[in-house]
Amino acid sequence: MMKDKKDKRIGATILLIIYFTILIFPIYWMVNTSLKYDEEILSSMTFFPREITFKNYEQIFTSELWMESFANSLIYVFMNVAITIVVSVPAAYAFSRWNFRGDKHLFFWLITNRMAPAVIFMIPFTQLYNNLGLFDTHIGVSIAHLLFNIPLAIWILEGFMSGIPKEIDETAFVDGYPFHKFFFKIFLPLVKQGIGVAAFLCFTFSWVELILAKTLTITDAKPVVVTLTVGIGAEGVKWGLLAAAGVLTIVPGALVVYFVRNYLAKGFALGRV
Amino acid sequence: MKNRAWLFLLPALAFMAVSAIIPLVTVINYSQNYIFAGSMPTFVGLENFVEVLQDPQFLGSIGRQFIFTFLVLLIEVPLGIIIALAMPKKGNWVPLNLVLLGIPLLIPYNVVGIIWRLFTQSDVGIVPAAFNGLNYAYNVTLNSGDAFFTILTVDVWHWTPLLILLSYAGLQAIPNAYYRAAAIDGASKWSTFKYVTLPKLRTVLTIGILLRFMDSFKIYSEPLLLTGGGPGTATTFLSLFISRKAESYELGYASAASLIYFFIVLVMSYIFFQFISRVGRGVHDEG
Repeated sequence: MMKDKKDKRIGATILLIIYFTILIFPIYWMVNTSLKYDEEILSSMTFFPREITFKNYEQIFTSELWMESFANSLIYVFMNVAITIVVSVPAAYAFSRWNFRGDKHLFFWLITNRMAPAVIFMIPFTQLYNNLGLFDTHIGVSIAHLLFNIPLAIWILEGFMSGIPKEIDETAFVDGYPFHKFFFKIFLPLVKQGIGVAAFLCFTFSWVELILAKTLTITDAKPVVVTLTVGIGAEGVKWGLLAAAGVLTIVPGALVVYFVRNYLAKGFALGRV
Repeated sequence: MKNRAWLFLLPALAFMAVSAIIPLVTVINYSQNYIFAGSMPTFVGLENFVEVLQDPQFLGSIGRQFIFTFLVLLIEVPLGIIIALAMPKKGNWVPLNLVLLGIPLLIPYNVVGIIWRLFTQSDVGIVPAAFNGLNYAYNVTLNSGDAFFTILTVDVWHWTPLLILLSYAGLQAIPNAYYRAAAIDGASKWSTFKYVTLPKLRTVLTIGILLRFMDSFKIYSEPLLLTGGGPGTATTFLSLFISRKAESYELGYASAASLIYFFIVLVMSYIFFQFISRVGRGVHDEG
């Protein structure tokens, strides 16, 4: 019996080692490629760079195109997250605290927008933005991304807020707190984990979104995800450069995760992530 | 109270009106017109819809999309459960496992495309080299089957960790007493899994399946970057197909196709939404 259990444990461990090796290998290969000279990438397949070089990273950090692309992405992503959180917090509060006519239907309609394929909105956004003068602007892209992020944020925040007992609101009002004071001083600190999770997910979505960002920008607001796709397909693909850019696009997501790591665990437990 | 609720919703709804309702109305309007490359629109009623629904290319991309999504779920869900079961329940290795699982989920889609393009290139890739060793001439730009299964592999690599994490969270929530009771009753391993583990995983699995259904159904970046939809139309999934039509300024056609696409998503979402809220209630009643 004991031996049987031990055998099972060994089998499971071997399975895990195989799985995790396959899981991590592609990422390792990208980092590996980003540290090589182009000659080495094109001439042979090596598991370690023969000679480590930071030339690819240097090229990105000194290129105006790449640096501007990174800046453009960061600008509209932050705009998007700020607007999303500011408008979604009160909306989620309304859904979690009050019953009103059509609230269930309104909630479902909001969620369907999260599920809608972005490609549907490609044509109308182009037309609308040309008319409004929002085409190829940061605020334009960030507003387009609200379409997916507001529903997502409301969905997550509503879950967190419904976990806060209504008695807290009632006690505060009985004690004579004016609404705005209760809301900012008592309620918001209680749901700050939810705000962290929502902000993280909105950040990653807006950061990686490709269809709308590609359609709505040409030069002035062109994000790094689009610059990456343009780099491919041109004659003589610069693999080292693309790999280095790929490594760099993971960095912001990793940083955000580091800052909200404690909130994420709770968000996961709620089953909404 | 009623008025206050609407006041709180107003800012969110105002933005949603700009970014959801106005575009949708535009699409509906376009779908009933013949528009090509900036010419004046001509009203054609439902003609675009008829054309789309009779277009073998559109129907082909829908079929391909359903097969792809079905295979994604068929592979990722069982694999997610198996790996979650194999993971240690406690101990020093748990945090490392969780961090490793989190890494692929953080990588932007387009970078996923680049990683795998590096992998599968005929001149510098490691995958063709490995297949050559097995005497199989793998070529992602020439062979349809290779291209399709490469995209499928990419999705499985990228998103199975999500199902593992969800299943693992679900497994952790099952009290040990259940397993002890099953052991006392002399239940076999398989029936313990079938009657104890699986029902308890139902809630997390439904959420996981829902997310994977929705996101694999709108897969776009991976085929765009990896195969460009080819060879031929082997990896031209629904989103890519419609975006190509829109980019070639066949706006009426693309709008009608978009609405049909949206309708499918809406019906599926509604079914899943009903199912989830019922499962959610069921769990609530038990506990």
